[in-house]
Amino acid sequence: MSENPKNKTEGPDYQYIGKPMPRHDAWDKVFGRTKYADDFDMPGMLYGKVLRSAYPAAKILSIDTSEAEKMPGVEAVLTAKDVPNNETVTRFGQTHQVGGFEGLYRVLADKKVRYMGDAIALVAAETEEIAEEAVGLIKVGYEPLPGVFDPLEAIKPGAYQVGEAESNVICSYQVRKGDVEEGFARSDVIIENTYRVPFVEHAFMEPESGMAWVDDAGVITIRVSTQVIEHFRDVAEVLGVPHNKVRVIAPMVGGGFGSKEDISVESFIALLAWKTGKPVKMTWTREESIRSSSKRHPYVMRYKTGATKDGKLMAMEAELISDAGGHIYLSPWVLLYSTVDATGPYDISHVKVDASTVLTNNTFCSANRGFGSPQVCYAYECQMDELAKKLNLSPLEIRKKNYLHKGDALATGRVLDYAVETEQTAEKALAALGEPSKPSSSTEKIGRGLASGFMSYGRMTFLHDTSRSFVSVELDGSVTVKCGLQDIGGGQASSVASIAAEVLGVHMEEVKVFIGDTALTPIAGTTTATRMLYMSGNATVKAAEAVKNNLLPKAAEMLEADPKDLVFRDKKVFVKGAPTHGIPFDQVVKACAADGIQLYNVAQFNAPFRELMDFKTGQGQVFPDFTFGSHAAEVSVDTETGKVKVLKLVACYDVGQAINSLSAEGQLEGGALYGLGYGLIEEVILDKGITLTPSFSEYLIPTALDAPHVRTIMVESRDGAGPFGAKGIGEPSCNSIAPAVANAVTDAIGRRILDIPITPEKILRALGKL
Amino acid sequence: MKTYELGIKLNGQAVSAQVHAHETLLDVLRKKLGAKEVKNGCGKGDCGACTVMLDGTAVNACLTLALQANGREVTTVRGVGTEDQPHPIQESFVRHGAIQCGYCTPGMVVSAKALLDRIPNPDRGQIREGISGNLCRCTGYNKIIEAIENAASKAQS
Repeated sequence: MSENPKNKTEGPDYQYIGKPMPRHDAWDKVFGRTKYADDFDMPGMLYGKVLRSAYPAAKILSIDTSEAEKMPGVEAVLTAKDVPNNETVTRFGQTHQVGGFEGLYRVLADKKVRYMGDAIALVAAETEEIAEEAVGLIKVGYEPLPGVFDPLEAIKPGAYQVGEAESNVICSYQVRKGDVEEGFARSDVIIENTYRVPFVEHAFMEPESGMAWVDDAGVITIRVSTQVIEHFRDVAEVLGVPHNKVRVIAPMVGGGFGSKEDISVESFIALLAWKTGKPVKMTWTREESIRSSSKRHPYVMRYKTGATKDGKLMAMEAELISDAGGHIYLSPWVLLYSTVDATGPYDISHVKVDASTVLTNNTFCSANRGFGSPQVCYAYECQMDELAKKLNLSPLEIRKKNYLHKGDALATGRVLDYAVETEQTAEKALAALGEPSKPSSSTEKIGRGLASGFMSYGRMTFLHDTSRSFVSVELDGSVTVKCGLQDIGGGQASSVASIAAEVLGVHMEEVKVFIGDTALTPIAGTTTATRMLYMSGNATVKAAEAVKNNLLPKAAEMLEADPKDLVFRDKKVFVKGAPTHGIPFDQVVKACAADGIQLYNVAQFNAPFRELMDFKTGQGQVFPDFTFGSHAAEVSVDTETGKVKVLKLVACYDVGQAINSLSAEGQLEGGALYGLGYGLIEEVILDKGITLTPSFSEYLIPTALDAPHVRTIMVESRDGAGPFGAKGIGEPSCNSIAPAVANAVTDAIGRRILDIPITPEKILRALGKL
Repeated sequence: MKTYELGIKLNGQAVSAQVHAHETLLDVLRKKLGAKEVKNGCGKGDCGACTVMLDGTAVNACLTLALQANGREVTTVRGVGTEDQPHPIQESFVRHGAIQCGYCTPGMVVSAKALLDRIPNPDRGQIREGISGNLCRCTGYNKIIEAIENAASKAQS
């Protein structure tokens, strides 16, 4: 399984960090003990349902709820007029307000519907069936409007207006470095292509779900499957109550992938519970989830890349247009990631990027694993291979001539001050493909592809992101961590446990972590942006070290030694080099307690705080750091059927320092399949705003039969901004798969397919067989 | 609406509930019998999160009418093994890191159990086939396949 030990250089002698550890939450999960949001019931609870729009674009003329209200068992029917503050701006995980740039959040549609998932009314009833039936009794008078469904149409002056603003363009950014005209003039070859990437469904296994109730102290309490418990502020603003009167609790989350970053059921159930005084549960069906919740942005990307005849990149010009769908949500942020990442991990003297995100009447788009990075990675990595082909260079050769290294600057002026090991990852990924496979039939062609990618971890620095963690030692030597993180399956809770265990020298089993409760755990921010290990890991190191420092003088006194020479390990404190002469950890704790020494600490970690970048030139420091890596793939393509089979897939990324190598590998493997689905099979198909793929029998994600064995190689530079030198890997892990596979397909059939997913139909078309 | 008495053996225990003819086994297990370990991922047989064994055969509880299970044995992940008596598949899932968000895990473990009951020493292709009805979005399946392979070889030795 793990190839980690082989690739590891000699590192610090950690007890837990970097070891393959079974996660503490895995035992509960494997016995079916873990409770997810929908698994909780309360006596007397009601069920909530949502009435959604019948049109992607229409004026709402009237809403008649009288029939629904009369139905026995119905306890509340709410429309926009019942919501104290129906429109608000969501602000989460940030301490710094950046003005009109933020996403507008509307709870219920009143004047106009903007996509098919728009919520118009809410029902709470004694049973799910009654609630469902009552939703059907609500009469909405619509005046259908033409709508606009193509961002290239929506961007034109005079196009149908999706929202209230005069233009459908939400925002635009530019990057300007050097002079692209001069760069192209000095290029020997220029490649220009337009790439299109599709809507993607997150396809977490647990549909959106939550329960809200008003507790005995009048606090509106919401237990919800979310990546962001900090939405308690938004719900409070919707209800018009003080922030401290709303409490959000996140149980273990059955997958998020970005879609549980935005509010889902929270405001709906809070409103219904508040109005009825009873607990209200709401769980979306899979169809409702696919039709209504956010998607990954489709992009149209025109790339023009020029290079000298020896393969040095001279100029890159990129025009990016993303389809935001019917609402803004996180589209400006996602676009900003694409803009900063548009050049790839390459040093290019002349760069011009123009990016816009545009409203349409399609399903809204927001965060999705990679957050705008996989889209541009697909384009810039296809471009690299096209240049290589034209220059008769190998894909590795051309990349090696252009990779950024530590100390170099991105086109946005950001100097890379942590490790940049892209070259090493590309060499290792390609080498791991080994001997080429042989075609198994005369119609089969074998091809290989390489792609490198990079993506930030940690949120945009102008948001002034912070995280907090509380660590305490108990009198029996056990350790408690309270950290307001959301565990969405990546092992977020387990990671902070192993960090506390490492610092305090206790066993993993002796650390209990309490997570995800705005009333009881210090706010740790969002489980998004590949930030949780970076932010809360650092906060936990800080808190645990503070506790250790409190214990040190007493321990030194007990051992008659210098505090500097003491080691905390294996539930003991001992003088370096003399582990057999130690004193038990709990004795030190007890002695400290008797002296009134503080046995806990709550620490805050602040990411670097920067000002907004210049949107006209793109110059600025938008991110704390980046994760770099490569994917290599070998595929067979059947030229008769167009079927692509992935024979070998290698994921090689610099994780900085794996905290739990089993979990880090799991991210690389899972990320690889997520990216493979993007490249080959996945697409949410919309026809004039109507989702044609609303279930897993239409929207296909890879099954165990589609999944190749993923070989993972972790490079550990130990030079990241996270705890122990870790970098983030959750999102970057899915970045460069689609272009690696696309490049392999091109290598096999000799034709470039510009749009993903690369379906058999597109292959046969490219081969002139359709 | 008319109700019927449903009697099943759930993880070895005789239990009963009043059910409607149209109710699915999934709804009855979760809402009337407290078996929350059986997950609902799609409600229409696409994802496998609700997989249980009906007299030893893996089925989607969402596609099974509750009354079809009348008089039969239903095994959920808690019937495969518990904290006190973990099944080798469960131990192997934990040790191999085959669990991330865990939402597919109860169904995945039941499918693995049904597979190993049928084919005690499956090859990788048979394992892939055996869990192909269970979607997992987190792991990429690698570690799940390794875990099942390892559990099978342990049971053999």
